[in-house]
Amino acid sequence: MNHYRHYWVAFSTLLVKEIVRFSRIWVQTVLPSAISTILYFVIFGRLIGERIGPMGGFSYVDFIVPGLVLMGVITNAYSNVASSFYSSKFSRYVEELLIAPVPNWVILAGFVAGGVARGLAVGIVVTLVALGFTRIEIHSYGITMLVFVLTAVLFALGGFINAIYANSFDDISIVPTFVLTPLTYLGGVFYSIDLLPTLWQDLSLANPVLYMVNAFRFGLLGVSDIQVGVAFALILGFIVVLTFYSLHLLRRGIGIKT
Amino acid sequence: MSALAVRKLTKVYRNGHEALKGVDLTVEEGDFFALLGPNGAGKSTLIGIVASLVNKTGGKVRVFGHDLDREPESMKAYLGLVPQEFNFNLFLPVIEVVLNQAGYYGIPRREAGVRAEYYLRQLDLWERRGSQMRMLSGGLKRRLMIARALVHRPRLLILDEPTAGVDIEIRRSMWTFLRELNAGGTTIILTTHYLEEAESLCRNIAIINDGRIAEHVDMGVLLGRLETETLVLDLKARPAQLPRLDGFVLTRLDDRTLEVEVTKDSSINRLFEALSRNGIQVVSLRNKQNRLEQLFLALVENNKGGRDISP
Ligand SMILES: Nc1ncnc2c1ncn2[C@@H]1O[C@H](COP(=O)(O)OP(=O)(O)O)[C@@H](O)[C@H]1O
Ligand SMILES: [Mg+2]
Repeated sequence: MNHYRHYWVAFSTLLVKEIVRFSRIWVQTVLPSAISTILYFVIFGRLIGERIGPMGGFSYVDFIVPGLVLMGVITNAYSNVASSFYSSKFSRYVEELLIAPVPNWVILAGFVAGGVARGLAVGIVVTLVALGFTRIEIHSYGITMLVFVLTAVLFALGGFINAIYANSFDDISIVPTFVLTPLTYLGGVFYSIDLLPTLWQDLSLANPVLYMVNAFRFGLLGVSDIQVGVAFALILGFIVVLTFYSLHLLRRGIGIKT
Repeated sequence: MSALAVRKLTKVYRNGHEALKGVDLTVEEGDFFALLGPNGAGKSTLIGIVASLVNKTGGKVRVFGHDLDREPESMKAYLGLVPQEFNFNLFLPVIEVVLNQAGYYGIPRREAGVRAEYYLRQLDLWERRGSQMRMLSGGLKRRLMIARALVHRPRLLILDEPTAGVDIEIRRSMWTFLRELNAGGTTIILTTHYLEEAESLCRNIAIINDGRIAEHVDMGVLLGRLETETLVLDLKARPAQLPRLDGFVLTRLDDRTLEVEVTKDSSINRLFEALSRNGIQVVSLRNKQNRLEQLFLALVENNKGGRDISP
């Protein structure tokens, strides 16, 4: 029996199911990010940005593009997995997976890939919106794609862990509201940390999102407040830790088995 | 080889409740097996552990020789489950529920499509394949759970109260379906509240009470152990007077209905001979009470008193 073919079928079933799910409810999943990005571009990029002048050697509207794209990727990768996996717990159809011969890592990979797919969909939509406001010549496609995918994976894992511990639908909106949004806003989406007083610069360096936004900005524009290598090491480190932690939770059946 | 072998299975829930207190159970391949017990006896817990939905506290479980702890994946491939509670994504169309489940078992999409059509047609759901789950009635949902549980062609199918809340017509068509499935070689274990269901479908039976197996026998042997049976006779006309018959106790229920208590070793022929000698004509005859129910109540009562009821 070829296990890996079975695993592949199970994985792609999960992935396709997730893509179909968020596409069916695109008004709730893809549209909000598109609308808020348009607002950011109109207000910050056009109206206010023209008064701000250049930042990091780029026009302000160009400077904020990478952060806005990544912000969409982060929130969407996270909430896709959080709400999808939590719903499967809540309505108990996670049992369809528990009863089937699917190893935990395939389950995790399927949900994470679903989150990455939604991050990608939103990233593309936001990029298309951005192209209506400015033209960007991409500095490095390789780095851009890599940061993009790794960041999506990292936050999809975060959403998964959140869903495992969640006991109500409120529990899966707490983290995005009280943790993700502040970290992204303070993660250098709208400014270069050079503008901050030293203390705040140092504090900002403790914010992991800062590294991702800057690495992504480096991929797109070629400028960054931090070393891109450090950013990659950090993201990969987080991914490894969260992956093992998620697998540990699945193995113990936390939140899904009595 | 046993389809299911459970040894010294225990389960203590996190709140300290001891739901299984050392269950031993063997179900042979090809059997149609009933697991009976009052509410809260531990049936769903036992099934949940076998199906990897509940973590066990101690003991061993094997399905067709594959150990739950050591070869979970091979074991799962043999097993299909129809759980007691609905566990669907209510926003999916019917067919996708079956296709997704097939996918989790590693069945490629094309083959999954063929099988989904086959089982949905078998269970009269094919016309509803495009409906969202939440539009289905309880009976249809139950049948969909059966289709979903069969899509990977398990050799052991476990159904936890599959006909609860299902109207009698659908229940009977489900029975026919399950009988055919069993005749085709699938081992079936079911729990039910309708003892009549167990009596008409199952060949072997275990009774579980308070986390322990109280009884594990052949259905015929179990029924044979009943001392008396009460028959209700509908008569053609009102009898002038009730005859006295040796070995039978007759009671008049109303003008044209008699109740007769028959002991296990008395002959029904003799009863009818005696009745016709007395000019009493019987139009129809039925069992007063579900016999299994009687037995079951007796067993559970005995168990409460702590008496040993094993044969
Ligand atoms: N998640 C749980 N936590 C604590 N106790 C439980 C849980 N699930 C079931 N029980 C208890 O375990 C016992 C057995 O339940 P169950 O297996 O559902 O019985 P049955 O299916 O025979 O009605 C009951 O007393 C029930 O209250
Ligand atoms: Mg139950």
